[in-house]
Amino acid sequence: MADIVTVRMTVNGVVHEGRCEPRKLLVDFIREDLGLTGTHVGCEHGICGACTIMFNGEAARSCIMLAVQADGAELVTVEGLMRDGKLHPLQEAFRDHHGLQCGFCTPGMLMTALDLLRTNPSPSEREIREGISAVLCRCTGYQGIVNAVRAAAPILASER
Amino acid sequence: MKPPKFDYHAPKTLDEAVAALGRYGGDAKVLAGGQSLMPLLNFRLARPAALIDLNRITSLAYIREQDGQVRFGAMTRQRTIEFSPVVAQRLPLLKEATRWVGHLPIRTRGTIGGSIAHADPSAEYPAVLAALEGEVVARGAKGDRVIRANDLFQTYLTTNLASDEILTEVRLPAMPAGAGYALEEFARRHGDFAIVGIAAVVVREGQRCTLARLATAGAGPVPVRLRAAEQILEAQGLGEAAIEAAARKATELVEPDADIHASADYRRHLTGVLTKRALVRAIGVARG
Repeated sequence: MADIVTVRMTVNGVVHEGRCEPRKLLVDFIREDLGLTGTHVGCEHGICGACTIMFNGEAARSCIMLAVQADGAELVTVEGLMRDGKLHPLQEAFRDHHGLQCGFCTPGMLMTALDLLRTNPSPSEREIREGISAVLCRCTGYQGIVNAVRAAAPILASER
Repeated sequence: MKPPKFDYHAPKTLDEAVAALGRYGGDAKVLAGGQSLMPLLNFRLARPAALIDLNRITSLAYIREQDGQVRFGAMTRQRTIEFSPVVAQRLPLLKEATRWVGHLPIRTRGTIGGSIAHADPSAEYPAVLAALEGEVVARGAKGDRVIRANDLFQTYLTTNLASDEILTEVRLPAMPAGAGYALEEFARRHGDFAIVGIAAVVVREGQRCTLARLATAGAGPVPVRLRAAEQILEAQGLGEAAIEAAARKATELVEPDADIHASADYRRHLTGVLTKRALVRAIGVARG
């Protein structure tokens, strides 16, 4: 039998609790139960990367995780990037360098790029392209995104 | 789509996990990193009665050196392996292969045990396990069993793990110091499964080759050890003619299938091309 389970997680610094079936996908829990619709659902099978969030400090795809697996975890979604009402430097860079057009992939791009820059603070262009190959963008041709990540790298590195 | 209904168990110990798995008599699936199983559930290509989630079993995540081997707890994440100093020093082939596994946000969740137990013949870790003659440990109701790479992989997505067994550890012999290595792969996009990949290790003394290891990804239903090609190098050395002969032999040793991504002939062709590329690069970084 598929009992309803209670899950408790910290999202963008706020503790949330909810009840769901064990089969509920984490991305659906974030969007439907927590009302945080900044995280997007694209392919639902771990290919497009639109649903990428930070899970315990690392980028992970929330469409191929269960909400129940996030019980006790700390998550950051795109809503958690702004600080004091100002865009995160990576978001600024995306705006400055035309790193988005329709915006569908952008939450996933941002979270993926954040983990890339966390583990590799000054990536080469090849490494940036390899890193963001985890997320599909059908608008930009990627060049603006590569430029944005490259521009954000020294700013984030100087804040460490 | 969304997963079908299932019972969900997230035990904290391996013993509980094995017991829970046994209760379902083959109708449960073991959930490791979930980067292959969850898509299958979302598509409802898999409809298990239950999931046994190993992610709460912290004792299954470790990297330790023992008896000339590096031993990995099955739940060791690919990202951990990517950055492990022990892996960089003892198993540089595995480190290189890890860069080819999916993408960054896949590797944060994906595990070495899950990748090997899933037994996708196009995946990198099974090829490395085959090339390095590694082994895995499986825990079932009757206790532990050690399975060699050769015996583990049966066919596409199929191992000889019993339905009540959980893969708990992966053991890879440390590579000899100075061994050359390379993993060459062709895929349409970075991060996709390999159309064909070749893992190569060579130990050289001048132009002599004292040990060669070659294994495929994507060139058949299981990773293929290219022993007859290795023997050419061990007998003839590491000159151009020997490399050419080994690459040619490699194409004769594989029996690839055709699918939507590539024809069998193309895969066979790639096997030769990538074997040569992998050998040239491996020889280039080999010391001795």
